[in-house]
Amino acid sequence: MEDKLIRLTVNGRDEAVVIRPLATLQDVLRDTLELTAVKSGCGQGGCGSCSVLVDGELRLSCLTLAERAEGAEVTTLEGLNETNAIVPLQQAFVENYAAQCGYCTAGMVVAAKALLDRNPAPSRDEIVEGLSGNLCRCTGFAPIVRAVQQAAQALSDTGEEAS
Amino acid sequence: MSMKELGVVGRNVGQRDLESHARGQTTYYEDVHYPRMLHLKMHRSAEPHANIVKVDTRKAAASPGVVCVLTHEDLPGKKVWNGLAAVGVGPEDEPVLAFDKVRWRGEPIVAVIAETPEAARAGAAKVEVEYDPLPGVFDVEEAISGSAPALTAHWPHNHYIYPDDHAASQIRFGDVEKGFAEADHIVEDKYQTSPIEQAPMETNGCIAKPGGDGRITVHTNTQAVHFARDNTAAILGLAPGKLRFLGGTVGGGFGGKVDVAVEPISVLAAMRTGRPVKFKYTREEEMQVSSTRSAWRLYIKDGVMNDGRIVARKITSYQDSGAYLRFSSYGSMKHAGHMPGPYTMPNVWVDARVVFTNRPPSSAMRGFGVMAASFAIELQMDKVAKTIGMDPWQLRLLNAYRNGDMRAHRKVNEDAAMVETIQAAARLAGHELPAEYQAMTSWDRKAS
Ligand code: FES
Ligand code: FES
Repeated sequence: MEDKLIRLTVNGRDEAVVIRPLATLQDVLRDTLELTAVKSGCGQGGCGSCSVLVDGELRLSCLTLAERAEGAEVTTLEGLNETNAIVPLQQAFVENYAAQCGYCTAGMVVAAKALLDRNPAPSRDEIVEGLSGNLCRCTGFAPIVRAVQQAAQALSDTGEEAS
Repeated sequence: MSMKELGVVGRNVGQRDLESHARGQTTYYEDVHYPRMLHLKMHRSAEPHANIVKVDTRKAAASPGVVCVLTHEDLPGKKVWNGLAAVGVGPEDEPVLAFDKVRWRGEPIVAVIAETPEAARAGAAKVEVEYDPLPGVFDVEEAISGSAPALTAHWPHNHYIYPDDHAASQIRFGDVEKGFAEADHIVEDKYQTSPIEQAPMETNGCIAKPGGDGRITVHTNTQAVHFARDNTAAILGLAPGKLRFLGGTVGGGFGGKVDVAVEPISVLAAMRTGRPVKFKYTREEEMQVSSTRSAWRLYIKDGVMNDGRIVARKITSYQDSGAYLRFSSYGSMKHAGHMPGPYTMPNVWVDARVVFTNRPPSSAMRGFGVMAASFAIELQMDKVAKTIGMDPWQLRLLNAYRNGDMRAHRKVNEDAAMVETIQAAARLAGHELPAEYQAMTSWDRKAS
């Protein structure tokens, strides 16, 4: 197996990257493109800290082969702040004290975005289900769920997108 | 003091780094990128207790991508250490890299440094260690029974000896035997807690980078950055000024990131290779190899009067420190310091021992020593209440310490709030207390 050039769109920018055989999307995002909001709490699909969107779908970048993302549109947490303004979903995390160490937060916010994009008015159970692949060891899940509820409420009040 | 002076009391205060977290802008140790960075993996003991007959690193060194292999022979300073040596805890007992013996499964033996994490892992797997297995001991009471093998020469009976020559953290207050003789009831039980892994979302790790000025910069997620620097310097025989430690952002610690488990060997690897070296625990290492909260075994014996007064309490506890000391002597001191719980009694006897077994070393975790004490004491209080047929809330109120009481450590109690706290908890829980219990205060033993 040899190194290979792949092209993909990341946070709206076209990128061409050389990948090692069996490189993961996580390797490309974190190490090649230095999008370090993509975390690596386990590298084996157990924690959700590496969550990203691939063509709008929630994916664990540590379990996604980079090759499989060829031609895809990838969004990391950094991609939510194109204009540098904090978006309502992030603001809801801040106002609800939904992070302590912050290590899980990028994955949480991305998973919440995936949920709200698909279902702008989720029930509490649907939020819990939507975040069920993401672990947090510090904060407790209640403030995180409240943050997503607040973001969904803001969304329905303004008719805008959550993020 | 007015509310204005208190400022933040009763108000929500912003958390400074929250926005940075929500935007993904917080920089953790591994969010820096250096060209030509190497990766370190550890070859670890496959045996819980064994003599090391031979270590062969030739195949590992020849493995593709491997740049450097480090054994105990490469350590320029200390071969064995303890993180608290600077404050007089000793003797130092834990090998930086195992040499003659391994005492727990997972103990580090050989560090393999390679161009990629995969190459380092493949190289580490090729280290060959020949063991002469020894019988292991995994139970605290068995360990000190006299029939178990001694783990180290320092402590032939497998328990720690404090620098003042005591075998345990002790309390001797009044005369418990006299108290038991006078008591209407004797209530005894045995309590056991389990080891608990801190399990931070970010595993232990660091990046050590040599600089042109002869100093090494270390990006680390330690919870104790100066402690980690000073211990790294002491282990490697370097002046602390040679090391520049950058920390401060920890992806969850809970006590699990104070062991200086990754920095010394990474700095040595960076010095040897002249290149940046990253050592990141895998999730398996974090769960199986990094230290846990200790498991504790406690025996509690109480002498109790018919009216609920506890007149004597005797506690013997055993902290399972695992194979090495780390912070366990401090844990047992805190444990004894917490006894006999937030209650006043005239006769108290405590022996809190640190015991060595062939389990992974245990260490700090949120209130270590204290949590096991509270767990056992409060279960015991419920058992006492049940035995004498008393409401457990009332039992606690009756025995709770008051201002002016002499505590078992011979310190007069000040600032007690136990009575009021129990009363408030009872109100919140909807638990009805008789008038005389509602009228109790921390300033008076008797109901006013
Ligand atoms: S790093 Fe991908 S799920 Fe944990
Ligand atoms: S805030 Fe630390 S893991 Fe979630």
